[in-house]
Amino acid sequence: MAASESYPDDLRYHAEHDWARVDGDEAVLGITWFAQDALGELVHYEPPNEGDTIARDSAYGEVESVKAVSDVIAPLSGEVLEVNAKVVEEPETVNDDPYGEGWLVRIRLADAAEVDSLLNVDAYKQVVAEA
Amino acid sequence: MKLIFEKSQAGRRGGELPRYDLPRAEVPEGLRRKMPPRLPELAEPEIVRHFTELSTRNFGIDTGFYPLGSCTMKYNPRVNERLVMLPGFRDLHPYQDEDAIQGALELMWRLQAALIEVSGLDACTLQPAAGSQGELTGLMLMRAYFADRGEADQRDTIITADTAHGTNPASVTMAGYKLAKVQTDARGNVDVAHLREIVNERTAGLMLTNPSTLGLFDEHIEEIAGIFHEAGALLYYDGANLNAVCGISRPGDMGFDIVHINLHKTFSQPHGGGGPGGGPIVVRDKLEPFLPVPAIVKEGDRFRLDFDCPKSIGKVRGFAGPFGVFVRSYAYIRSYGPRLREMSEVAVLNANYLLARLREAYDLPYDRLAMHEFVLSARSLKRDHGISALDVAKRLMDYGFHPPTIYFPLVVPEALMIEPTETEAKETLDEFAEAMLAIAQEAEDDPELLREAPHARPVKRLDEVLAAKRAIVKYGFEDHPDLHAAKAEPRELQAQRGASSS
Amino acid sequence: MSYLSLTERDCQEMLAAIGISSVEELFRDIPVGVRFARELDLEPPLSEQELSRHLEELAAQNVDTSKELSFLGAGIYDHYVPAVVDTVLQRGELLTAYTPYQPEMSQGVLQAIFEYQTVICELTGMDVSNASGYDGTTVAADACYVAKHATGRRKVVVTEATSPQVRQVVKTYAPGFGLEIVEVPHRGGVTDPDELRRAATDAACVIFQQPNFFGCLEAAPDLAEAANDAGAIAVAHVDPISLGVLEAPGAYGCGMAIGEGQSAGNYQSFAGPHYGFFAARNDFIRRMPGRIVGETLDAAGERGYVLTLQTREQHIRREKATSNITTNQTLLALGGLVHLSWLGPQGLLEVGETCMSLAAYAQRRLIDVGLELVFPERATFKEFAVRTGRSAQDAIRIARERGVHPGYALGRDYQGLDDALLVAVTERRTPADIDRLVEALTP
Repeated sequence: MAASESYPDDLRYHAEHDWARVDGDEAVLGITWFAQDALGELVHYEPPNEGDTIARDSAYGEVESVKAVSDVIAPLSGEVLEVNAKVVEEPETVNDDPYGEGWLVRIRLADAAEVDSLLNVDAYKQVVAEA
Repeated sequence: MKLIFEKSQAGRRGGELPRYDLPRAEVPEGLRRKMPPRLPELAEPEIVRHFTELSTRNFGIDTGFYPLGSCTMKYNPRVNERLVMLPGFRDLHPYQDEDAIQGALELMWRLQAALIEVSGLDACTLQPAAGSQGELTGLMLMRAYFADRGEADQRDTIITADTAHGTNPASVTMAGYKLAKVQTDARGNVDVAHLREIVNERTAGLMLTNPSTLGLFDEHIEEIAGIFHEAGALLYYDGANLNAVCGISRPGDMGFDIVHINLHKTFSQPHGGGGPGGGPIVVRDKLEPFLPVPAIVKEGDRFRLDFDCPKSIGKVRGFAGPFGVFVRSYAYIRSYGPRLREMSEVAVLNANYLLARLREAYDLPYDRLAMHEFVLSARSLKRDHGISALDVAKRLMDYGFHPPTIYFPLVVPEALMIEPTETEAKETLDEFAEAMLAIAQEAEDDPELLREAPHARPVKRLDEVLAAKRAIVKYGFEDHPDLHAAKAEPRELQAQRGASSS
Repeated sequence: MSYLSLTERDCQEMLAAIGISSVEELFRDIPVGVRFARELDLEPPLSEQELSRHLEELAAQNVDTSKELSFLGAGIYDHYVPAVVDTVLQRGELLTAYTPYQPEMSQGVLQAIFEYQTVICELTGMDVSNASGYDGTTVAADACYVAKHATGRRKVVVTEATSPQVRQVVKTYAPGFGLEIVEVPHRGGVTDPDELRRAATDAACVIFQQPNFFGCLEAAPDLAEAANDAGAIAVAHVDPISLGVLEAPGAYGCGMAIGEGQSAGNYQSFAGPHYGFFAARNDFIRRMPGRIVGETLDAAGERGYVLTLQTREQHIRREKATSNITTNQTLLALGGLVHLSWLGPQGLLEVGETCMSLAAYAQRRLIDVGLELVFPERATFKEFAVRTGRSAQDAIRIARERGVHPGYALGRDYQGLDDALLVAVTERRTPADIDRLVEALTP
């Protein structure tokens, strides 16, 4: 069952439709409701390897629907601690629950100061409204 | 419908082979096949019925109107099918001696000459197997040309339009080039101001379709060619839309240096449900030394294959190319002669007539005279009734038409790309227009009817998400143990009857 | 001749509907400077009858295998094509269809491709086959591209006993792919596994042909093992018609199996159009080039077929696609499916055994009249190399005067073999035909 549109207040956002849930020197990353809706039902998630270094504003993985493929852009830099195996097995989890079960990677932040450059929920909603 | 494997019974067979009283030759131990392949086992009548039934579940140009944009689905003359089966063509080996292939070489040489005339360029190779391979070959020629001039390292970028076929950027990567994209302006032309910003000394060339995938002739083509030539770069013409301009405007005269021609589009090679095709390329004389080998050379009345081309890029396909395709396309060109112009004129007339009949019911993102195809949008239907281009396409099937190309080019939302071709009668165009108009009305009156379409095909709408997730790409013998129990075990097939062991 | 339907009256009505007065006006967006001012300089149109005569005259200048007894092979073979192949391939619904983008209109072609993929997987022992590549040379280039991306390595090893045309095409593609090509020489007609193992260090893949270009049977399992030992993907280039008698590449450790499909279901046709086949282990499914058909269900829960995993392909992934291929060789691959269905497993075994016993007979007879085999120690399938005792070109000329084309001159591609012919014997040749060959080659 696809989730209905929402953008939680407690997350930070990247204009390429990615979110980050920051917790100390770690963060969990995923794609927003808007991104999964634009792609349609996901059928494949190509994750990074655990231990990889990812860089802010660069692609760290790919998500695919039947008709589209999209890079997943890192909102923050860091080292990949964990890949969400459930999404690898059942990519549609992202459609069902983009901010919960459908997270993509957990990282250790390389530079906590980068968090300040991300959008808050109101700023991101503005990005969605203009898309 | 059952798969052929589900009709199979162990021990049945289609054909018998001749038997000779010769000793059996043994395959060395370790190389001999242990488990026989589970090929179908059917008698010939059931084979014919199986494939005939499959054909009834398929739609070709012979079945009906097929306005698949960018694919030029025109009638495929039957005489060409007869001619390609002449033993002198069909049973000819490519390594026959030169004196024994004169007719084949002459046909290829004549086809090259015709393509050179239509393109307005100087030299031709027939070798590439399809348009996309022609593209790759063209880019290899660019690389060789610049390497010869000592500019290979400097020129590393190819520019394509944002309306380009996906093959263009894919070919750029395969050829080892970087990609830059130029935008489209409000009239559907290449945005020349943007182009001037991105062309520089690193530019190797441009790949462009003209008319574009929007079906529009670029009004600034001379200026565009000038920009590239001043920068020392080359222009590549994607000939997918050549059917619009034969005898009307030639790529060479537009300023292009390399052209590929889709023989399965403009020159009527039947596409066979996906192929074969042919993608000859025609080039300006400065690129001729780099063409693939062999070249076909005429000396007096004789023809020969020339492999001695030291600057050649090499070979992109086996032998001299898909010869059977050449026979059909040569025959097609000879049946028109200079009247190829009329062919293109009628293709453009048909497209504009259909456009005139449909323009009120669908959105028209670029309101200009079309060439051989045009792009409508179902954006209003989507906004007002929740009906997508996909729904329109599926509903057209119920009216007995193959849908147009949808969701391409990418710059048009809910795109419907319609190419009628020249071989359609006005009555057919009218029937199609009536169907499209009726569907637009149905979107308003009964949108569910469209969302559930098609209703009159052998299958309902198919679940592509499920297909991608399951990725079942071959028959699962092991899932049908009742049918295949006997064949799941290693089976010693009978050695050939009549043969004695040596 | 014309394939156009419009009458003068149609044209006038259509121009009026468009709101213009002449056909010329349709082209007003074309800048004057690039309009073509003269008539195309092409020969006048021909009627169907004239066209037929013209092409019949061209065809008559060729010497095909109905006019001259042929033992030519070297990649293109004169196997028997059963009549059912012609029948199926001339069905207009299949012949005149485009790529099956709209599955509800194309279940016939889609199911046929699904069946073809199954047959190729059965023959090769692989998990997945694409819907075809252009020919037996380009699928080798495809395999290199897949291997490069799968391994991150930039070297490709090809055995010298692999078809010269395959090697040449791979070399042509290599600069764009960023690949270095290394060739491993043959030793007495076959490849030495240890030499191959050394060459395969840091290679993305190793391509070898079985039976190889000389017709000799390689120790294919040892070659695959040598590749695997080096962490390179073993790629076998195989002849489909041999796979009733010869082991499937999947059974001896290959990661990919590719080849020229012509010998199964296609006429020689001066080398095209034919089909290349490309099959691989499941590990490579997301890197496969070309179309793949998958099974699914329709809205009513009935089984059906669609193009699947399309995000690999150029129309979606564009510059990141696994290949630029669009048009493939579906109709020719369908010919392969029909031919292989007509043979069945028993027929395929018999074709292979017949070719082998005829080729063995030809070798014995040629030895009897005093000729020497180039690689007498080697087991062969349907082709073998023989020394003619004179230049191969002379041998061909003399034999042709007797109505026999005795084979391919190996000296065109290999040094030191100027006197050698590569002789191909298919099931279409009879022992009496072979006796004529022997007579024509007798010194």
